[in-house]
Amino acid sequence: MNMKKSATALLAVASLWASASANDQIRIVGSSTVYPFTSYVAEELGAITNFATPVVESTGSGGGMKIFCAGVGLDTPSFTNASRAMKPKEFETCQKNGVTEITGLMVGYDGISIAQSKENPKLNLTKEQIFLALAQEVPSKDGKSLIANPYKKWSDIDASLPKREIRMIGAPSTSGTRDSFDEMVMEKASKSFPIYGGKYKKIRTDGAYIPGGENDNLIVQQLAQDKDALGYFGYSFLEENHDKIAGVTLNGVEPTAENIADGSYPVSRSMFVYMKNAHIGKIKGVSEFIELYATESMIGQRGVLRTIGLIPMPKEMLKKVQTSVKNKTLLTKEMVEAHTILPLK
Amino acid sequence: METKINKNNNFYIPQIEKRNKQSKRFRLYALSAVVLSLSFLAFFLIDIIKAGIPAFTQSSVKIEISIDEETANNPYGILERDMSRLVSRAWLRSFPKEIEAHPEWIGTTQTFWALLNAEADQYLKGTQSKLKENQKSKLDALLQEGLIERKFNATFFFTGDSKIPENAGFYAAIVGSVLTMLVTMSLAVPIGVMTAVYLEEFAPDNKLTQIIEININNLAAIPSILFGLLGLAIFINFFGVPRSSPLAGGMTLALMSLPIIIVSSKAALKSVPASIRQAGYALGLTKWQVTKDHVLPLAFPGVLTGSIIALAQAMGETAPLIIVGMIAFVPDPVTSLTSAATVMPAQIFTWSGMPERAYIEKTAAGIMVLLTVLISLNTIAVLLRKKFEVKW
Repeated sequence: MNMKKSATALLAVASLWASASANDQIRIVGSSTVYPFTSYVAEELGAITNFATPVVESTGSGGGMKIFCAGVGLDTPSFTNASRAMKPKEFETCQKNGVTEITGLMVGYDGISIAQSKENPKLNLTKEQIFLALAQEVPSKDGKSLIANPYKKWSDIDASLPKREIRMIGAPSTSGTRDSFDEMVMEKASKSFPIYGGKYKKIRTDGAYIPGGENDNLIVQQLAQDKDALGYFGYSFLEENHDKIAGVTLNGVEPTAENIADGSYPVSRSMFVYMKNAHIGKIKGVSEFIELYATESMIGQRGVLRTIGLIPMPKEMLKKVQTSVKNKTLLTKEMVEAHTILPLK
Repeated sequence: METKINKNNNFYIPQIEKRNKQSKRFRLYALSAVVLSLSFLAFFLIDIIKAGIPAFTQSSVKIEISIDEETANNPYGILERDMSRLVSRAWLRSFPKEIEAHPEWIGTTQTFWALLNAEADQYLKGTQSKLKENQKSKLDALLQEGLIERKFNATFFFTGDSKIPENAGFYAAIVGSVLTMLVTMSLAVPIGVMTAVYLEEFAPDNKLTQIIEININNLAAIPSILFGLLGLAIFINFFGVPRSSPLAGGMTLALMSLPIIIVSSKAALKSVPASIRQAGYALGLTKWQVTKDHVLPLAFPGVLTGSIIALAQAMGETAPLIIVGMIAFVPDPVTSLTSAATVMPAQIFTWSGMPERAYIEKTAAGIMVLLTVLISLNTIAVLLRKKFEVKW
């Protein structure tokens, strides 16, 4: 009987709390790639100001957009992280649900680096070679038809490549990293083969491509043990583990922070944070958070986020982003279609 | 214990030696299974403890800072360049607030034990570090002069999560777990026990109650992630309970523990002999009085054990909490049942995915804390059962 009483009391207290809970905590959802950077800034906001530390949840870019665009109520998140620009379809959903005022912030770049165990000799691949190694169907020798992928070793594709078995450990199909890899490596390379007609289908499923977990640390550990295998993941994991793994050069370009920032490394993407302007003034710290995020000391060339793997954008670009954030530039349909958060001229 | 078998014995069975050998082999198989599982456990524990022990200490460096107004404005500039590369950014960041709290420091020189950053700490602990050679030799020199000390890592137990590895702690997750478990227990135990009492003592034995019982047994075997989906659909989307709150997480876990508590409580009630009830009725007690004053108290140890084991299981659960949003970056310890929180297994999960090396030891240390809590809970369950157990 006592237990029942205490349960009723607890529920009563809980409901009291619920009704009294002021929305004084920012909520952020979205991409797992942007998550560490946003969390860092969230922590900084909590540490140097009197605002409550925002809560950051990693839901994936697409999942984040869905929750973010659900409405303008105070129980919806104020920001969403995205490791790609907002898609026109997502923008439409947002508009339809009343989330009409959105301001975007560009955070910086992330490179998808391909790596191998450090004990191997250096390796250089082209996108086309990776495509031939991993696609389900590849052009036949005479180039006239598509056949099931026959390649077992890298040397089967090009005699200059080592006689290593083809084994690529990568992200599972739910991951944004996998989306980017598919888009920037596989789809792009498929355009070099006319027979494909620009319609890349899918990665081979006969065991040469091994979907690892969402946890990139596990891929790093597997690479350290399996000398034949290659793996791909976000650049920060390569940087943290230089004692175990080494980057594979792509079209002759090394995956380094400089090469990713200036765009010479061919597999890099931009990261964004989108703000729901309707929450400014209703939830404490919303505009302070995005302004703190845009400062030089966070995402600038010498900013702290660089130490946890962010590849900062050039100075002039940052200036533009800062002005846009300060003016709370609203996202328009044209901007979304141009994959940018900056006002079009 | 082998005795020589006399083959001329009249009762001699020709196959006996073969059978004896078979029996011996079987014993060996069974024994090796035990040894194998024990060695897996030992391997796991040793691996975790080896990785986790370093996290319980943390190096600090003794520094002197002359404090003026300028210090509060730019805390990152107070140290010499080579030193500021070694001291934790989190420590410097909190410095202005320290000065604010101690205005008498302004104009004086104070001595501090400043937290070293993760890279320096990892180097001192002898693991791989990204420090440059001159920074390493600087650290070695400081160590020689006795200016570096490795102390108990209080940060780990008294702060929440952080993206700065040396500043990351388990406290927010512990508080979150406690609150979540409070919600779970205060819902699941009364509902579970009352369901068991009704089914065992009052319900008529018909098709309907049989179906209910079978379904409760089935529920206990359902993958926990499904309860997470249920929690999301009912509590968060329908009733509007805030996402990632201990209330949402606790109610979801309560759903998950209910069948376990019901099944074990029913077993405990069943083990109370019928003679107790009959004696009660013979004295003119009502069913309610018999249940309340005699059957329930006697079944109490079993109910308690079942509840504690359900609690321990819920405490280590991660999958349903991913769905209700409790795997999030929540550095502040939770203050109410409706604000965002994280729990111990969720924190371990988050750390395990971080790229920085220093989080490996944090992950292992977190696992050690969680295991300690779970083992103590199970021990308490065993002890309580031993203490209150009634032999019939």
